[in-house]
Amino acid sequence: MALLEVEDLRVAYGKIEAVKGISFTVDAGEVVTLIGTNGAGKTTTLRTLSGLLKPVTGKITFGGEVLNGVGAHKIVSMGLAHSPEGRRIFPRLSIEENLQLGAFLRKDADAVAKDIDNAYERFPILGERRRQAAGTLSGGEQQMLAMARALMSRPKLLMLDEPSMGLSPIMMQKIMSTISELKEQGTTILLVEQNAQAALSLADHGHVMETGNITLSGTGEELMHDESVRKAYLGED
Amino acid sequence: MQDLPDQLANGLALGALYGLIAIGYTMVYGIVQLINFAHGEIFMIGGFGALTAYLWLPDGTGLAVALPLMILLAVVCAVLVAIGAERFAYRPLRGGPRLSPLITAIGLSLALQQAVWAFYPDAKKARPFPQLGGSDFDLGFVTLSREDLFIFVSAPVCMLALGLFVAKTRTGRAMQATSQDPDTAKLMGVNTDRIIVMAFAIGAAFAAVAAIAQGFKTGEVNFRMGFIAGLKAFTAAVLGGIGNIYGAMVGGLVLGVAEALATAYIGDIPGLEQFGGGSWKDVWAFILLILVLLVRPQGILGERLADRA
Repeated sequence: MALLEVEDLRVAYGKIEAVKGISFTVDAGEVVTLIGTNGAGKTTTLRTLSGLLKPVTGKITFGGEVLNGVGAHKIVSMGLAHSPEGRRIFPRLSIEENLQLGAFLRKDADAVAKDIDNAYERFPILGERRRQAAGTLSGGEQQMLAMARALMSRPKLLMLDEPSMGLSPIMMQKIMSTISELKEQGTTILLVEQNAQAALSLADHGHVMETGNITLSGTGEELMHDESVRKAYLGED
Repeated sequence: MQDLPDQLANGLALGALYGLIAIGYTMVYGIVQLINFAHGEIFMIGGFGALTAYLWLPDGTGLAVALPLMILLAVVCAVLVAIGAERFAYRPLRGGPRLSPLITAIGLSLALQQAVWAFYPDAKKARPFPQLGGSDFDLGFVTLSREDLFIFVSAPVCMLALGLFVAKTRTGRAMQATSQDPDTAKLMGVNTDRIIVMAFAIGAAFAAVAAIAQGFKTGEVNFRMGFIAGLKAFTAAVLGGIGNIYGAMVGGLVLGVAEALATAYIGDIPGLEQFGGGSWKDVWAFILLILVLLVRPQGILGERLADRA
């Protein structure tokens, strides 16, 4: 059985339907990506999965439990972590406090301390600046913090929304290589990206979203070689 | 000007009182961006709670016994009303237009005033409040009354407890996170509804302590006492930088001192004789507010607005 199952999900803002009945699954251990242009409904989908938005219809099953109607603050304790679009670190808290909040629901203080050390090992710059307000970090460093913070809950599924947005090419590469490291370590990831090239080269499966619908699905490899995807998202004629 | 130290002490006591009430405005605003205009009435209800506790006790009970019980009942009454207001008046409107909870707050403020007026025995006129009595403390350079001493002890204790709570505890950190970004706080597993209730409750408890201080100072409580006190405290919160708990206390102290000094000395300035005395003191407070809004709209300790984006 899939770790995450989304069936006929519809989400609306008032009368405007942003997600119009999509279905997909994520298996444990795989990386699945949703690609598509701005306004395709990718972020709306993630925000609904993590409980910040309520679906109009549809069923979300995660690890065998139905997520519909469960509050956002409870979903994270079930093992679903969400690193939101725009990073959304807590700017006036220190880096270390941001990481501690990522482990807010965990009771195992020793293991939390160890995970914070691991995060500093993965991202040394965060360790160097642990007492500094997170708002003083650069965009790429904030992205590292957002990812490290999401990992602090030891999630079964990590959802990353546009981790490369607004980053320099070097920083983007660093973030992408971190994601592929996480994949190698067996983390299950649902990745939303506008950088289709990078996302598809990492992903086991991908889905193309257009105006609230999934219009095309396949393995990352298949999509990368699909003519319409190449034209629309990879900038080729 | 030889009574300057006394006037300063007077202003600081008044300011600490404003600051304690202002904490409630600033905490609620910091988390739900609502100016809770019913907060002044929460303060007033704290005052009546304290009076009730005093009246329940047998005659001749010493203040050493009475005061803790007065504080306890004042805090319980104020916190219960604040939690009820949050749960039944504000929470159903959350996520709607920002104007709805604001109008609700004004309505609630009137409703609470009228409820006390109608239902509290003899509350149609001011009810006398017990007095601390005893002699003043002469420290040489300044003389402190027992009423001043009450606020000079309780305000720092409250501030210190709140500061430690917010900075050092897990729940306090969750509170800061909620005020900076509520949606993301939820993603961390923070039950933001609970945090909002706590902000209301802490603000109410501090207002209740302030109400006792005001009762001692003025010798009475009445159903309208929350209006001006609330307005002053709101001014203090804006003055200090709304959303910032230390700003609220700093704003309160600045406001209290400015008010005390203006009341004491403006009448001495040749040509301004008719502006002297207590009847003008509210005018000085609000002139100060207007000046600060013109020169430094984010308040004394306020963050730049860009940080909130």
